[in-house]
Amino acid sequence: MKMSAGIASGPPLAGRGAVSRLACALVQPLLSRVVRRIAARHPSLFARLGPHQATDFLIDPVELPFALHLRPDPQALVFRAVPRDAAPRAGAVIRGRFMLLLELVDSEEDGDAAFFSRDLEVSGDTEAVVRLRNALDDVDGSIAEETARMFGAPGRAILARLRRSYVAT
Amino acid sequence: MAVSDMTTKLTLGPIAYHWPAEERRDFYARIADEAPVDEVYLGEVICSKRAPFHEPDLPAMIERLERAGKTVILSSLAEVMLKRERKATEDLAAMDHPEIEINNAAGLYARGKRPHRIGPFMNAYNEATIAWLAGQGATHVSLPTELPAEAIAVAAQAARGLGLGVEVQVFGRASLAVSARCYHARAHGRTKDNCQFVCEDDPDGMPLRTRDDAPILRVNGIQTQSESYVDLLPETGRLVADGVTHLRLMPQAVDMVAVAEIFRGTLDRALETSEAEARLRAVCTGTRFSNGFYHGQAGYRRIAGATSV
Amino acid sequence: MSLAELICPAGTPAALRTAVDAGADAVYCGFQDATNARNFPGLNFTPDELTETAAYAHARGTKVLLALNTYPPAGKVDLWRQAADLGVRIGVDAFIVADMGVADYIARIHPGTRLHLSVQAAASSPEAIRYYCESFGVKRVVLPRILTIPEIRQIRTEIPCEIETFIFGNHGLMVEGRCSLTNYLTGQSTNMDGVCSPASDVEYTRDADGSMSSQLAGFTIDRFGPEEKAGYPTICKGRYTAPHRREGYYAFEEPVSLNLSRLLPDLIDAGVHAFKIEGRQRSKSYVRGVVTAFRRAVDDIRAGRQADIADLVALTEGQKQTQGAFETKKWR
Repeated sequence: MKMSAGIASGPPLAGRGAVSRLACALVQPLLSRVVRRIAARHPSLFARLGPHQATDFLIDPVELPFALHLRPDPQALVFRAVPRDAAPRAGAVIRGRFMLLLELVDSEEDGDAAFFSRDLEVSGDTEAVVRLRNALDDVDGSIAEETARMFGAPGRAILARLRRSYVAT
Repeated sequence: MAVSDMTTKLTLGPIAYHWPAEERRDFYARIADEAPVDEVYLGEVICSKRAPFHEPDLPAMIERLERAGKTVILSSLAEVMLKRERKATEDLAAMDHPEIEINNAAGLYARGKRPHRIGPFMNAYNEATIAWLAGQGATHVSLPTELPAEAIAVAAQAARGLGLGVEVQVFGRASLAVSARCYHARAHGRTKDNCQFVCEDDPDGMPLRTRDDAPILRVNGIQTQSESYVDLLPETGRLVADGVTHLRLMPQAVDMVAVAEIFRGTLDRALETSEAEARLRAVCTGTRFSNGFYHGQAGYRRIAGATSV
Repeated sequence: MSLAELICPAGTPAALRTAVDAGADAVYCGFQDATNARNFPGLNFTPDELTETAAYAHARGTKVLLALNTYPPAGKVDLWRQAADLGVRIGVDAFIVADMGVADYIARIHPGTRLHLSVQAAASSPEAIRYYCESFGVKRVVLPRILTIPEIRQIRTEIPCEIETFIFGNHGLMVEGRCSLTNYLTGQSTNMDGVCSPASDVEYTRDADGSMSSQLAGFTIDRFGPEEKAGYPTICKGRYTAPHRREGYYAFEEPVSLNLSRLLPDLIDAGVHAFKIEGRQRSKSYVRGVVTAFRRAVDDIRAGRQADIADLVALTEGQKQTQGAFETKKWR
């Protein structure tokens, strides 16, 4: 399928340098709010993570100018945008197109199916990824919708536009 | 321990491969004359299509082995699905002599409460299952090859308490899986029904290697085996101390008389373990040994420093 | 005509509710330990979660089946007994068992509890099935995925219990309950620990040319070209070389999923009582998609309509599907 080629040939140099740093600074306050809210509303998520609450995940939406660093430790939650050239050493890396990652978070897409089709790429500690996937999968409802709602009408509009633009591609 | 090693029986498991009839006759003749094994399991366990090739020889083999003082047991098929497999299992279960070893629940059904042995494919993993089976007429149980030492000890004590013999495989490739599909035929672009008995070409199994050339598995018809030979020679002391009464050697394409002599010598303390191990290595050149299952680790591993009690 | 119950996987409480809402007649699930054959990280139910979601299912007329379908190693039988006691207290509708000791315990201590024989017991003949029915009062057998439809039809006439067959999902190659491949490489047992190719031992590496290697415990199970569909690094779906197959081939089976959607009418006609969808380890999205499609198909067939089977290929492993043994014995 063409999308797997999309990963391999994605813009390898995006997410470096000054533009990336600026983008990170802009989205960071938003990310912190989002993750704290989700953690507060879905505490059972952490039990499924088990020992991997302390694992550093690097979530890499290939077409965005930055990657995301997640450490799902309920005592010291980390979720931040990082330039690719300054990404921390991660226990596990999950790479794919942003909309796919969003759909996986919401269980609109099946992670295994995305993996079989090579649209999703996983490296590092596979158990950590499986636990994260299962933890997110047990969340009822849509995390994306929940996030969008946090930002009111503009947030919902952005999400809707994002979805439309990806459907169109 | 009060258990004398002289009472521990050495057994020869059923041949897993499709050895030609002539070779089988020679093999068992030599076992009868020379191998210090107490009990010999005969019969086709893996593939019902092979049985007609060597079944005609069974009566003579049984007679020969018994004349040499060996106890003979007939083993049943591990997989029973087709009409001929159901029939073969039913026929075996109807026998009064020799003893039979059952490897499939269809055999248990046919046998009812008449005495029988439980084969390694029967999944007797624990004391509860062993107690159930004993209540149905089992006299002897072969434990699954992947069972670790701690579980073997508990299972053996339970079985002994019920008056059952307890057997563990101590030599030869481990059976790792069976399937309805024949992988020998598949490797040659054939189906099971049209296999032309290509498995006969591999008397010690067909080797599979990973794509970076690491040896990993052996294919034997519908069966998948370990690449390594299980070798629990250094562990025989502990097995016996834990209550295991029978140690099984699986026939491989090596000098099985020598293998039996080495194990018998170790049990009788006529051989030092290190000396015995060195000899066994010499008999099985080119094949790795493993004891990982016994030590609760990856089966292919060889755990060093394990000593006899 | 049989009822053609739809038996659906539930790896988490959310997946269970999804399956119920999508029209499952029954869901099957397990506790977070070795007592079931999908003992995967982050999956399955705590006792509280099962209590809560069983109530959700029951309130909507959906049955809950508890998988206790592994083989306890000697010395650890109590874990399975406690799980059975707990299941009875929670009020599950049936236990799916494989081990004779576990079956005997439930039959003796909780008489009247419904027992289903797991595919892990590998009962593939009328005699083997009758053994479990007569010994433990088993009411339903889950047949191994190795029989053709005529063979299933024949078995049906010779056994006193219901038949459940897999219709979709992972295409198990080895006789279930008789496979130690994972234990041979990883030290974790499918039968005793409920583990198959554990994620903790899996590693994917991307090579410079864009191809990908999947490894299990350091053994390369397969290597996929940049454009090639991938699969789980399960040993029975890897590519290997043999003396006369130097190029590397799928020695056992290709990464492929079972999909019997086109055979549903034949299976119903052969007397199959229940259709099982594999995939407790899969996502809610998978559960929603597959259960919805098969619910519609079964309802169509029962109403005498032509079943319109949605294309489920995208959810299959390697994105390839097969009718396996059910269609032809040449598969063997």
